[in-house]
Amino acid sequence: MSRENMINATLLLGLAVVPLYAWATDEPFTITLATRVAILALAGVGLNIALGLGGLVSLGHAAFFGIGGYAMGILASHAQSYTPLMEVPFLIEGTKSMPVIWITALAASALAALLIGALSLRTSGVYFIMITLAFGQMFYFFAISWPAYGGEDGLSIYVRNDFPGLNTLDPIQFFGICFALLALALWLNARLAHSPFGLALNATRQNAQRVETVGLSPFRLRLAAFVISGAITGLAGALFADLNRFVSPTMFSWQMSGEIMVFIILGGVGRLYGPVAGAALFITLEHFLGGLSEFWHIYLGALLLGVVLFARGGVIGLLAGRKVAHD
Amino acid sequence: MTDPVLATHGITKSFGAVQASRDISLSLTPGEIHAVIGPNGAGKSTLIAQICGGLAPDAGRVEFLGQDVTALPTRQRARMGLARTFQISALAMEDTVLQNATLGALGARGGPVGLLRNALKDQDLRDKAMTALERVGLAAQASTVTAELSHGQRRQLEVAVALTLGPRAFIMDEPMAGMGTEGSQRMTTFLDELRHEAPILLVEHDMDAVFALADRLSVMVYGEIIATGTVDEIRSNPQVRAAYLGETT
Repeated sequence: MSRENMINATLLLGLAVVPLYAWATDEPFTITLATRVAILALAGVGLNIALGLGGLVSLGHAAFFGIGGYAMGILASHAQSYTPLMEVPFLIEGTKSMPVIWITALAASALAALLIGALSLRTSGVYFIMITLAFGQMFYFFAISWPAYGGEDGLSIYVRNDFPGLNTLDPIQFFGICFALLALALWLNARLAHSPFGLALNATRQNAQRVETVGLSPFRLRLAAFVISGAITGLAGALFADLNRFVSPTMFSWQMSGEIMVFIILGGVGRLYGPVAGAALFITLEHFLGGLSEFWHIYLGALLLGVVLFARGGVIGLLAGRKVAHD
Repeated sequence: MTDPVLATHGITKSFGAVQASRDISLSLTPGEIHAVIGPNGAGKSTLIAQICGGLAPDAGRVEFLGQDVTALPTRQRARMGLARTFQISALAMEDTVLQNATLGALGARGGPVGLLRNALKDQDLRDKAMTALERVGLAAQASTVTAELSHGQRRQLEVAVALTLGPRAFIMDEPMAGMGTEGSQRMTTFLDELRHEAPILLVEHDMDAVFALADRLSVMVYGEIIATGTVDEIRSNPQVRAAYLGETT
């Protein structure tokens, strides 16, 4: 077992043990914090596929996070008001079922990523950053100005959605769901990175010309990565909305996109567990520094500066050392 | 004479006032090494870019395997079996040598790219990649990170990646650049054999290698091919001596 693997296992174990301990000592707030970490880490795992593997600096991933959130909000709000989403040409009713909501969130954000990616992947560098940012802002302002689902005020869902066989209102059980999905996404990410697709995508990031001269399409590889990436971030959005039982346009805001990217930079770009380390550090800082001062972002900024200047591999890089080429 | 594998017909390309390619027609027939020589800035790399795709000629056609490929993107020409090695190595530097070779094997397979299988445990891909590495003499460096290779070794890897494609023609842009005398000689011996597998269009500055290998030589000066012929013909061509050979030697 390599050093990085050991750190990864410790991280995942820690993320499971902390809420279990909180559960045993009856501290539900800590469980909620851990759940936030798991969900935001999941959003980061999504972005890390585009950013870390594909080298695509997307500043618009809040679009997918928000779409996932609204997929949950829209379906659940119709279920709680007993009004169907639409009746013509066929009847679609709201639902409180998490699996159905997840699939909807995955599909909707994948579709959005396909459209956004198909347009924005024709550009690169700064232009790609700007165009993804612009798409994110489009969704943000659309959500604000769409009165049907709360507009600027957002949308409250009174009871958390259901998962067969579990009581989702119990914090530790809901944490379990989020943790399981995070673990699944990490597993998927690891498989992806070593797959032929991952190999080709990784090479595309380093030298697109090389990939083209062996007869593969860099554009299609990047688009596929962008779609997978968007879908995972969308799933995280649905869980985030379920955690808060509230959806609002801020999920679409560029600050949200930035925050997801900060997780990755803090944790280590392209490191499998980078988003987990980053989200955990972020939430911990937010909790403790936020208690000290309202302006805790200043300290976060300083930390981020430190990481970018002195520890390019983020927390994982600092602990595990240079990335070893896997064989 | 047999049909050419690869041919250009009157390729012309200008960048503003500079004519980088002027009415270039050349061919590559089965089993031959056709070397293109010329001073720096003669337009050799521009010519290669137009043959391999990535740069569209203003006029003229590129034919590969009897098919007009002028409008096809690089990717499709590669699929048809046009393998290119780069003057400045175009490799995934952070990846291992084996991963780079596997990428070529993956491209050769062409089909849908798997999402969940482990690429390096795919026996077929691995065999193809390892065979290519063995042939260029890089098998021992399979798990070395590419950035750690010497310039010469990177050239060898370029050739290995091209081999994995099982190509119908090679386009090689200075495969001997950065190699020592010994490496150069080994590469020369290797290319000498390789021509029987697929013909090679060779752009090279190493004149010893060119004269040892080339069945035919084309001399490019200012975007134009001023002469094409066997090594002896070119050597005795007064125009060439004046324009090129005299300048460098």
